[in-house]
This record gives sequence, structure tokens and C-alpha cells, in this order.
Amino acid sequence: MTLFGINFAIGIATGIILEFEFGTNWSNYSWFVGDIFGVPLAVEGILAFFLESTFVAVMFFGWNKVSKKFHLISTWLVAIGANLSALWILVANAWMQHPVGMIFNPDTARNEMVSFWAVLFNQVAVDKFLHTISSGFLLASMFVLGISAWYLMRKREEQMAKRSILIAGIFGLLSSLMVAYTGDQSARTVSKVQPVKFASMEALYDGKSNAGLLAFGLLKDTDKKIGDKKVREFAFKIQIPNLLSVLTGGDKDSYVQGLQDHIMGNEKLGLLSTAEKIKNGKFARDVLTSYKSARLINDTAQISSIKRTFKEKEFNDKYFRYFGYASIDKPEDVIPDVTASFYSFHLMVILGFLFIMIFSVALYLLFKGTISDNKWFLWIALLSIPLPYIASELGWILTELGRQPWIIQDMMTVSKAVSQISTGSVITTFILFAVLFTGLLISEVSIMVRQIKTGPKH
Amino acid sequence: MTVMISQLFLQHYWWIIVSILASLLVFLMFVQGGQSLIYSLPQNNIQKTMIVNTMGRKWEFTFTTLVTFGGAFFASFPLFYATSFGGAYWVWIAILFSFTIQAIAYEFRSKPNNILGQKTFDLFLFLNGSLGPFLIGVAVATFFTGAMFKLNQMNQVHWATQWYGLEALLNLRNLALGFAVLFLARINGLLYIINTLEDDALIKRSIKGLITNSIPFLIFFLFFVISLLFSKGFAADPLTSSITVEKFKYMHNFIHMPVVLILFLAGVASVLFGIGITVFRKSLSGIWFTGSGTVLSIFSLFLIAGFNGTSFYPSLFDLQSSLTISNASSSHFTLKTMMYVSFIIPFVITYIWFAWKAINNNKITEAEMSSEEHKY
Repeated sequence: MTLFGINFAIGIATGIILEFEFGTNWSNYSWFVGDIFGVPLAVEGILAFFLESTFVAVMFFGWNKVSKKFHLISTWLVAIGANLSALWILVANAWMQHPVGMIFNPDTARNEMVSFWAVLFNQVAVDKFLHTISSGFLLASMFVLGISAWYLMRKREEQMAKRSILIAGIFGLLSSLMVAYTGDQSARTVSKVQPVKFASMEALYDGKSNAGLLAFGLLKDTDKKIGDKKVREFAFKIQIPNLLSVLTGGDKDSYVQGLQDHIMGNEKLGLLSTAEKIKNGKFARDVLTSYKSARLINDTAQISSIKRTFKEKEFNDKYFRYFGYASIDKPEDVIPDVTASFYSFHLMVILGFLFIMIFSVALYLLFKGTISDNKWFLWIALLSIPLPYIASELGWILTELGRQPWIIQDMMTVSKAVSQISTGSVITTFILFAVLFTGLLISEVSIMVRQIKTGPKH
Repeated sequence: MTVMISQLFLQHYWWIIVSILASLLVFLMFVQGGQSLIYSLPQNNIQKTMIVNTMGRKWEFTFTTLVTFGGAFFASFPLFYATSFGGAYWVWIAILFSFTIQAIAYEFRSKPNNILGQKTFDLFLFLNGSLGPFLIGVAVATFFTGAMFKLNQMNQVHWATQWYGLEALLNLRNLALGFAVLFLARINGLLYIINTLEDDALIKRSIKGLITNSIPFLIFFLFFVISLLFSKGFAADPLTSSITVEKFKYMHNFIHMPVVLILFLAGVASVLFGIGITVFRKSLSGIWFTGSGTVLSIFSLFLIAGFNGTSFYPSLFDLQSSLTISNASSSHFTLKTMMYVSFIIPFVITYIWFAWKAINNNKITEAEMSSEEHKY
């Protein structure tokens, strides 16, 4: 309960920062997406937050005040509330990767929701939610496994430790398999809806058939360029032949798109070049500007004509979907940091497989009855505690850096989304919170270590 | 059968929801009020622990209400969120900081090996308790006194001062509401302690504290209300949406919406009644009167800020950029969908009430503080 309490508090402290930051640091973005995020946020506030905060009080303080049954139900409701809160913020994030269910309103200059179900059941949202919560379960299992291993090493609380390893092992193994499965699903979805991100995470510059699945590789500086941008190529790589083509396209001959296909375009595949997208985006922007000018002089004929245009399917499919490209200078500017995307993705995948192995070995040794004697495994389990945290962060680095320069894929760049505040203000705020959270991290780890050393109450 | 719900109805509906959440938040800031007293009210460490634990069992409600208030505001009136948060940056960051340090202070303060020490976390509680209500009061006051911004054609905000919100602290009326909210939170905090704790000495000191906090509250509150009644306001033309300055706008709002005036007066009377019965009759139930009075008066203040064609966030820099519930709201589809979601609020309130009662059945005693249960 103590460990949960201090983690819960940190969760709340970081959650409120996110909510405020939308407005304070990303005000243009807040307006642009406010109408989409509204409903998920309302559902989250009403359904999830109060469920958590109400019943967490019963969980903490109700042991001697309410019946045991009510206490158990409260504990479950806290868990359900916590998972529900994850859903809505991930729905919002998924929309930034793959905006759906909205139409642009030229009067208000923002996206307005037309289908809540399209936003909620966005394929990216479904993948993301399942992947994120199962990775949370995995992280919790690894934490329990690691701490239990430490007790076994110290020959303390052995019965509790072994029972915990049994639960954490089963739960962790199931979760890590789920993480692998949903991760695979996510990657397939990314290949369809964010092909540039996908090509970057595979460091695939030139598209090809019979593409191999990279197990790992190292990148080095070379003279290769896309446009004016230097890119890094493989110093070495280990790959499984044809598998990437099979996974993304169904058979080994299917073509996997590379970055060049998206920058230079590929007529055969029907892919527009980035230069054309920029042209189309600028056209959409000019239409919006002329609408605003017509508004200023109250030219009613022009106003209603352009308003109709904004509702036309062709205009939306051909031009407006590239609205964000109007603020891109050079085609190669839409390439994210390939090095960061590549390493974060592949390290995450490697860790994912490692977790499956660790949980499997834990269960094997437990059933064999030799786990207490396997010092080397107990050490591995203990030292693995930070790894799921690292894997989660790598996942978010890929999600967010891999989407650059966009804050909303193809619709809005990060530079257009920020508030018009001074850099100094942002840096000052950053330092303020960085110092606070560094202090809190040290404090939290220290409290945890102490609580673990003290052990459970008997 | 489909019922056509007008956009104007939905905008009013959501302004009412936002106002209810704001008024509940101000009442629930009794937690902050209690925190602001931890250096002055208790006479020993046990008393301090009791006060912290009394507030600690409710801090999540206040926090969740704040987050939901912010979320509902963002969802229903996103242009306000984008304008005010992105412009009055430092006021909101200061509020954010003060609540961030609260979120961890309770859980961390008494845990062994917390490195930063109990004193640091108590300071966090005190800072949140004092700055939180004050700054929220200042921010809400700008709904009446206005701010310096201009919106361009794409509704992007340009803030016209280099102080990014700190200029609000130079306005006496903003300061008055800030201090009024702070002292009201302290009054509610004291009344809650009187109602919940079993400690005669502490209750006696709390009653004394009630008197010393009520005087400044009345001064600041009356100053704000009187200046509000006589101040100009920003009116939006219902047909053209153009904004004009109207003398005595808020007084007119009270006159045009007598129900709101009655709610406001009933609210103020109830606040004073709760203080009165505690000081003069030693009643333990003052919190219920002052608490519900707080809710009523803040609720009605929000209604006169946004209803009756009033700009709830006036721009002193560019009059036509002023925000109203009409031009700042979400789309019809979003507001309508959220309205359906909001129908489960009564259910939420029911279970909150049930859980609250379950925890508050017994008074908090000194003995409990030395028991093995989860405590702060």
C-alpha cells in the first residue's frame, strides 16, 4: 500500500502537469484540437478521475471503517479507474498520430468532431491502449519479481516471495506476450498510417521487395543524403530475410516503402512527393486565407462558395489533408530523427523479448524448486527492475520523435503549435520542474528502498 | 424522436456545469485552507499531524475537482483555455506548481528516509494552501477585470504584456478576490477541523482563528463585490456579437437575473450564518452552512460573469477579441455528446457521498494517529 501510495502521488503530480501544459505551452494546438479532445477529457474526468480518487480514500483509510467486501470492491474500482484514465489520454494521443472523425471549420479555424466513435475506435487508439496497459502490467510484474528475488537472496519472507514470483511470473509472462502481440499490431498500423515514421524506425531509405526484418544493427555517418539532409547508414546489421515484406504486405515479394518513396514520390505506388504535398497544402492554406479575407469585407457570395469547398470530399482528400505541409520549407524537413527512431524501436523490441525470457525462466525455476539457489537468476531479476521503465520510455520516444516535425500528423507542425511565450519562460519552467522532480525521484527511490528493506507487516 | 438542442442552450448548459465545478472547488479548498494553518493553529506536533491527516483524507477530492474543472473548461470553452493558459502563462504555471507539490506532499511527508525531510513537505503543503486559493482567486477575478490579449483571424493568441499574466497581481480588485478566496478557504478549513476532529484545545483555538480570519475575509470580499457592482462590464450584442463597454454591467446582470441575485444573497447569508453559529453557539455544524453558502455565492458569481450577454474573459487590449460563452465554445456536436456523458454526474455524486460518509463516520482522534493504519 505504501509503495502504491507514493507512486500514485507521483502519477497525479505528472498528470496535472500534462493537463495544464496543453494550454500554457501549446495554446495554438489546444485551440486546434480542443473540440476533439473535449469528449475524451469529459469522459475521463467524470468516469475515471472520481472513481480513482473517491475509492483510493476508502482503500487507504477504510480498512477499519468499512466492510472487507466494500474495501475489496473499492480496491478494484481504483484499478479500473486507473486503467480508464489511461484510455482517454491515449485516445487523444492516437488522434495526433492519425487524425480521424473530424472536419475543419474555416470560421473557427479548428478541427471539429463529427464522429466520436471514429475517434474512440481509431485503430491507433486501440493498438496504443492495449500496448500501453499491457506494458504497465509487465512493468508491475517485473517490479514484484525483482523485489521478491531480493528477498530470496536475503533468505527473508521466502514463502511470500515465492508466491509473489508465481503470480508475477504468470501475469508477467501473459503481459509480455500481450505486449509483443500488440506491439506487432501497432507496427503494422504505423506502416499504414505513418509510413514515414515506419521507414525511419527501420532506417529504410530506399524501398524494396524481399525486405528483411532487422534484428539489430548499428548506424554510422556516411555521405548519403536525402535532399540536403545527411542520413546515417548501417555499419552492420543482423536481419531475417524477407520477413519485413511478409509482415507488412503478406508475402515476400511485397514492396516495403522507404523514405525516398515519400520524399521523392513514387508514381507506381501512387505516392505523392513531399514537394507536391507542400504545393497542395499551400493551396489549402490559400483557400483558408481567401475565406478570411472574404469574411473581413463580408463578401457573402465568396463566403458561401468557399464554405462549400471546405465540405467537398475532393478538396479534403486532395488538398486539406496536407494542410500542415504549407509550413514545411524543404521536402526533407519531414524526415524525423532516423537514428533516435531506429534505436528506440529496436532496443524496445529486444527488451520485449528479454522480458518474455525472464518471466519464463522464473516460472521454470520456480516449478523446478531451485529458484532460491539460482543466485545468478535472482540477480538478473533484481537488476531487470529498471528495464521495463526504459522500454516504456523508448516506446514514447519512438511515438513522439518518430512523428516529427508534426504535432498532428500532416495537419500541424510542432513549431506552429506552441504558445507565443518567450524561450526564457519555457526554460525557467523546465528547470523549475526538473529540479523538483529530480528531488522527488531521489526521495521516492529512497522511501521505496527503505520500505522494501523493512519488509511486510506480519 | 430527435430533439433539436440549440447551440446557445448547450453553451449555457456547459457554463452552468463549469460554474458548479468552480463553486465546488472553492468549497473543497477547505483542504488548502487547513494546510495554510499548519504553522499557526496547532500547538504541538500531534495536533499538526491530526490537522494534516484530517485534510489528507480529502485532498484528492479537491485535486480531482480542480482537474475536472480545468478539463471541463478546456472541453467546453477551448478558446478560453488556449487564450488564458497560453497568455497569462505565469499565473497558471504558479497555480500548477503549487498543486504539483501538494500531490506528493501528503504521501511523502512522514515516510522514513524521504530524504527531503518532513519540514520540506510541510512547507509544500503550506505553500499550496496559501498560494493555491489566492492565485485561483486572482485568476478568476480576471473574468471580471479583463486581460491584455488579442486574437488573430486563426484564433491564435497574442499577449500584449511582457509579464505574461503577472500583471494581474497589480490590480487591486484581483488581489481582493484572491485574498477573499484565501481567507474563505481558511474559514472553511477551520470549520471542517471543528466538525471532524475530537480535540477540545484544538477546537477552541480554531474558533478563535475563525474570528481573526473572518474579518479580513469580509473586508476583501466586500471590497470586491462593491467594486464589481459599480464597475463597467463588457457586453456582447446578441445579434452581431460585437462587444461594447457597459456601465454597471454586473449590477444589471443581477437585476436582470433576480434568481441569481437571490442565490448570491442566500449564499453570503449562509456563509455568515455558519461562522456565526460556530463562534456564538459553539455549534460543530458550521461547515455545512458556510460550505453550501460558498458553493452558492461562487456559483452565482460565475453566472453573472458569463450569462446575460456578458464577456466572461474581456480583452482590455482589443475589445473585439473578448471571449463570450458563444465565441469560445466547442462545436455543437462536441457539446451535445459531452452533455450526454454529463448525465452520469448524479451517479458519481452519489457514490462520492457514500464513500465520504463511510470514511467520516468516526471523528479523528489523537489515538488514531498512533495506530498502524495508513496515515500521513
